Amino acid sequence: MGLKEKLHTFRVKNQDKKWFPVFSGFHTFLFTPNETTKHGTHVKGADDLKRTMNTVVMSLIPCLIFGMFNTGYQHYLALGEIDAVTGGFFGSGFWTWDNFILGFWKILPLVIVSYAVGLAVEFVFCVIKGHEIEEGYLVTGMLVPLIVPVDLPLWMLAVAVVFGVVIGKEVFGGTGMNILNPALTIRAFLFFAYPTWMSGDKVWVHGAVDSTGTADAISGETVLGYLAQGNTTDLAQKYDLADMFYGFIPGSIGETSTILILLGGLFLIFSKIASWRIMLSAVIGSLVMGLIFNGIVAAEWIPEYSKFYSLMSFEYWQHLLVGGLAFGIVFMATDPVTGAQTNRGKWVYGFLIGFMSVMIRVFNPGYPEGVFLAILLMNVFAPTIDHYVIRGNVKRRLKRLKNATIYPKVTEGAEALKTETV
Amino acid sequence: MALLSKKDANLILDPLADNNPITIQVLGICSALAITAELKASVVMALSVLFVLGVGNVVISLLRNVIPSKIRIIVQLIVVATLVIVVDQVLKAFAYELSKTLAVFVGLIITNCIIMGRFEAFALGNGPWKSFLDGIGNALGYGVILIIVGFFRELLGSGTLFGIPVLGDPIRKTGLYATGYENNGFMIIPPAALIVVGIIIWVQRSRNKALIEEA
Repeated sequence: MGLKEKLHTFRVKNQDKKWFPVFSGFHTFLFTPNETTKHGTHVKGADDLKRTMNTVVMSLIPCLIFGMFNTGYQHYLALGEIDAVTGGFFGSGFWTWDNFILGFWKILPLVIVSYAVGLAVEFVFCVIKGHEIEEGYLVTGMLVPLIVPVDLPLWMLAVAVVFGVVIGKEVFGGTGMNILNPALTIRAFLFFAYPTWMSGDKVWVHGAVDSTGTADAISGETVLGYLAQGNTTDLAQKYDLADMFYGFIPGSIGETSTILILLGGLFLIFSKIASWRIMLSAVIGSLVMGLIFNGIVAAEWIPEYSKFYSLMSFEYWQHLLVGGLAFGIVFMATDPVTGAQTNRGKWVYGFLIGFMSVMIRVFNPGYPEGVFLAILLMNVFAPTIDHYVIRGNVKRRLKRLKNATIYPKVTEGAEALKTETV
Repeated sequence: MALLSKKDANLILDPLADNNPITIQVLGICSALAITAELKASVVMALSVLFVLGVGNVVISLLRNVIPSKIRIIVQLIVVATLVIVVDQVLKAFAYELSKTLAVFVGLIITNCIIMGRFEAFALGNGPWKSFLDGIGNALGYGVILIIVGFFRELLGSGTLFGIPVLGDPIRKTGLYATGYENNGFMIIPPAALIVVGIIIWVQRSRNKALIEEA
């Protein structure tokens, strides 16, 4: 008897045990169960929830690996041990073992904690509720380490993951029923609970917090943090556009490299996992808001000493290169559960995410980033948007029905239908 | 041990759990969110409502046969307002710091739905003794939730209870803070109270399935 059959007999024998969902979760992770339907025909698709989730995780891997290199790079750069990278994306001084190893040992624990705690919570709820393990955490567990600063203490991450999975997802009924994106719920919790670890100019480069107050103190501001301080003129000396596009800038672990995010986004679009409508409309939304701000500056409606001036005068399309906007649009806004479901709704939903992100970015006095707040806000509004899209469709079809001739013309049923719908 | 008849005892005990004004009737939420960042404020708020609701219910119950029903809301408001002003003045006189923390929320006891709700639903139709018990019961039910929420929010948010540090000193890094623990800033802001109240409701309903409404 092969392993597959043994597992199957084991499965059948223990079907009513309390821990069965845990076994089943691991079993179906690796194997397709032997059970087949006995009657009728069914449409079979290979792309079940697990495959979908795995595809998204795959598209996140480049960002993760880049994040590991970047963590080391930013650390050694801030210490002054290496020079700034030159020569394009594959330039010298970035893709080195030193950089990778430092980043690997800093980021691996975050990934492990995120998955271990999140899956543990998920398993506990499955056993309590007695249903199959849901795969929803596979993507969340990978997203979470990518959207936090590298020096975040592990216990904080663990607390936030428990909060995010329980309050963000399980109370609503688990995977597929949640209103808010769990990964962003976790980030929002971290941000409001431990703001000193989630914002400011110390947390984005490894080692900056520990070295505070010593002779070797280093700091690393994000581009947005730098702008929010009111610096405008010498940004170009610090980072040029290529740096921002390739991702050689400080920031949350996975959010910096716009080019790899773009790559992951294209992969998701071609594998039809994520909605291109949401991505495109979010990009348009952020460009529109950026243009409005640029216009306000150009029209000189805002004085130069205003604290919003530097962020407002930031070139509109460059908003997409810095901070978490690109990452949020590609991997967070397109979450099929929490986003809008209707095609027209997706356009509105995406547009408002981009629009709000840039708006919050500019007007938020404490913290120059607004993507996660904008997406959470639109998550809440997604059902409302869908509702009005569907009402609109119903209205249009009713109008069509009123003008239509219903055959057969004189039966009572048709009259009843007409009066009923009108 | 027949201090109270079974019926009377239920007037007090019911609102404590199975008919709790906050977790079951979802009344008085605003103040539960606003003032529960500190345990001390929660306790004072609970006591203030206990006083206002206990006395108010008796007064309304005594007046119930002479209040014309057309203007009963105005009369009720006058009674609450009088009692609230008494509470406010007492706090200002004897606990000025605390009254500053509670700020406008003592005044807003007037608008606390629980109070008007009990006047309308109970005191207008029952005798003073029963009304008194009902008022005490509901105020206690309200206070219990306030104190639970305040306990968790102050403990996790500031590491103190009644202003006394219990987890160590966050600045000199003693006690629990020596291990790297930090206060949770999220618990200080009002949305955290909403979530804590939500968790209490969750726990209560999963222990007593009869409380779950038909979907």
